[in-house]
Amino acid sequence: MIEKILFKYGKRMYFKDALLRQAQRQFRDTATNAKIDTNNPSFLGIQTVFTGELRIIDEQCYDPLPIFRILHSSHEHVQLPEDFKLDENTLIKMYRKMVTLNIMDKILYESQRQGRISFYMTGTGEEAIQIGSAAAVTLEDVIYAQYREAGVLLWRGHSVADFMNQCYGNCKDASKGRQMPVHYGSKKLNFVTISSPLTTQLPQAVGTAYALKRSKKNTCAICYFGEGAASEGDAHAAFNFAATLECPIIFICRNNGYAISTPTREQFKGDGIAARGPAYGIPTIRVDGNDVLAMYYATKVARECCTRSEKPFLIEAMTYRIGHHSTSDDSTAYRSSDEIAYWTRYMPIIRYRSYLESVGLWCEQRDIELKKHVKTSVLLAFTEAEKERKACWKELFTDVYRTMPKHISKQMYSMEKHVAEFHKHYPLHFFKQA
Amino acid sequence: MFSSAVRRVVRRSFSTSKWSGAQQMTVRDALNSALDEEMERDEKVFLLGEEVALYDGAYKVSRGLWKKYGDKRVIDTPITEAGFAGIAVGAAMAGLRPVCEFMTFNFSMQAIDQIINSAAKTFYMSAGRVNVPIVFRGPNGAAAGVAAQHSQCFGAWYSHCPGLKVVSPYNSEDAKGLLKAAIRDPDPIVVLENEILYGVQYPMSDEALSKDFVLPIGKAKIERVGKHVTLVAHSKAVEQALEAANELAGKGIEAEVINLRSLRPLDIDTIVQSIVKTNHCLTVEQGWPHCGIGAEISARISESEAFYHLDAPVIRVTGVDTPMPYTKSLEIAALPQMSDVVFAVNKVLGLQ
Ligand SMILES: Cc1ncc(C[n+]2csc(CCOP(=O)(O)OP(=O)(O)O)c2C)c(N)n1
Ligand SMILES: [Mg+2]
Repeated sequence: MIEKILFKYGKRMYFKDALLRQAQRQFRDTATNAKIDTNNPSFLGIQTVFTGELRIIDEQCYDPLPIFRILHSSHEHVQLPEDFKLDENTLIKMYRKMVTLNIMDKILYESQRQGRISFYMTGTGEEAIQIGSAAAVTLEDVIYAQYREAGVLLWRGHSVADFMNQCYGNCKDASKGRQMPVHYGSKKLNFVTISSPLTTQLPQAVGTAYALKRSKKNTCAICYFGEGAASEGDAHAAFNFAATLECPIIFICRNNGYAISTPTREQFKGDGIAARGPAYGIPTIRVDGNDVLAMYYATKVARECCTRSEKPFLIEAMTYRIGHHSTSDDSTAYRSSDEIAYWTRYMPIIRYRSYLESVGLWCEQRDIELKKHVKTSVLLAFTEAEKERKACWKELFTDVYRTMPKHISKQMYSMEKHVAEFHKHYPLHFFKQA
Repeated sequence: MFSSAVRRVVRRSFSTSKWSGAQQMTVRDALNSALDEEMERDEKVFLLGEEVALYDGAYKVSRGLWKKYGDKRVIDTPITEAGFAGIAVGAAMAGLRPVCEFMTFNFSMQAIDQIINSAAKTFYMSAGRVNVPIVFRGPNGAAAGVAAQHSQCFGAWYSHCPGLKVVSPYNSEDAKGLLKAAIRDPDPIVVLENEILYGVQYPMSDEALSKDFVLPIGKAKIERVGKHVTLVAHSKAVEQALEAANELAGKGIEAEVINLRSLRPLDIDTIVQSIVKTNHCLTVEQGWPHCGIGAEISARISESEAFYHLDAPVIRVTGVDTPMPYTKSLEIAALPQMSDVVFAVNKVLGLQ
């Protein structure tokens, strides 16, 4: 029916011709791959296997996908993979960044409770996913995140002050105070600005991966998303496009058990997000997202595979969201404190610290010093950011278009005149001067 | 010069011997050559959409481009508007210049979040650090006999949104010049084409045939000069306005016809200047009246000095305020016809 409509104009001339061309091409493809056999034809697009036994395929046909991990509870058994190469400094830096993220989250969360910023989201319990994966990729790789991945940006070199300035939307905020708190972005660090509508970053990341492939720079896109976001149609589109267009992208799903209040058992059936990978023809790893070394290693392997073959890769990182969804949420309404307490024991920071101690890289004294130092520097950046003036009010009008159109410059001009005339009635000292 | 162009358009079903010397081109071919020239000019330009490659596009606008530029530059996508619009946005953020074809703009609603929340707002939200040079294009508005879900004008929808630019070409020169300008532009642009006009031939000046031909976005064109009443239209409605102007001329009424070309930015200055001269204004469009392009123009006139030059209220001639019916007789009744424009002009001029 639709065809009838759409091809009305061109159909007589092109319809037959193009279809014929297509059919011939497809047949040539299959005919060269399969011997001509009238009993066992080869269907297009799949490997054809016939059977006389009627089988229903369901979850029970497969073992659950195992979770890759390195850090065990007893550290004697910790066996690093043979090609696992991280020097001591990097191992310690990973811990420091995890702790910094955790402390920054606590302070900014509290500041929202005190009404000093409007909104915040913590990554508590998910530090390993962020730091482990970030450590395994390069600065040239392009990051698309959801919103709970500040650690990735921290690892890439965003300073604590940068985070604070964004949350306060002051004049030092690189996004000029235009975005909600935690919607970070940094062009310099190849970290695409967070976008609120869920899952839009997935197809976009695939588009970027396509561009990266064309640039031949041997880099890839890394795209983070929650298991809840994976339910959007955009996720399907992204997986299928990444596979069919053969784009170098690592999809990293943070499966943290909840999408706001929706638990995973209501979000999906089947074996999680990882089980979808093979169905799209995407190589997949399920990894313990609370194990920073496993996270690092899985991402490193994924990146090698992805850049070498210029094809997508999927990682499902299993974790637990210890904090509330955001400052607008009270999670005690939908989960028990016992459940939270249970998972708190598996907090990635605790597990990693005990590993570092077991190999003699860390101790109680260093831990106390680190936490004290980080707390002081975060609080300092925090007070500085709070004192800073807001962006110049004229920034309201810029960046809608590359060159400001007349109707906007007119508005700006009339506001300028208005402010000049009534300056006494406005708190101009809060704003940076033009 | 204007009136001769009008005569040609209005009489295109009659003999065109007077014009046989001038180069004629269909809107389809004009769009095709715009794509071809821009793809040749800039490696970064690529086309994606459903059936744009092997099949040459549902309406054959991309004819021959896949053959010429290959799989890398002309991409057939699975049927996922939100998906490939997102792919296009991401590719644009990473520095490519995608031209994203919707089979019709009716299906762009599946992707409207990507177009507005991502393409249109990213430059602003990233504080001017990430621009999204992207073109969303395809047939818009009513075709013939395709009923409610395939006959909608998105001019007002997309024009509503800051960050987007929206152009709505009428003839072949418009189509070529505006599409080329859109592809070169650093901002996201919606190019609203018209299916029925694809197959219509219009003259192309030598200038328009050149590879360097681009039209300024945000500038309207006076298609016909007149002094008694101003008719403002875009896309297919320009044709009705010109036909009406021709009819009115027979009765001594000289209508000035403005082809908007761009819906955002809107060239309000050209409209104001015309009203200062004619003191009467009507808008003609195929879309719905409520919050439509005519409503916006009317409001902008009220807010400008043109208001004081009006001898009568601004009147909108629009599609009727219902979904599009399928039956041919009803479809005709649902769209503004030349006679509706003539009737409304007479009313505004107090001749009836
Ligand atoms: C398109 C869209 N629908 C709904 C929302 C509201 N929303 C914001 S976050 C969220 C939950 C997402 O959960 P998940 O993807 O698992 O990520 P997590 O918060 O667990 O990190 C929802 C429903 C949104 N931002 N965008
Ligand atoms: Mg979740």
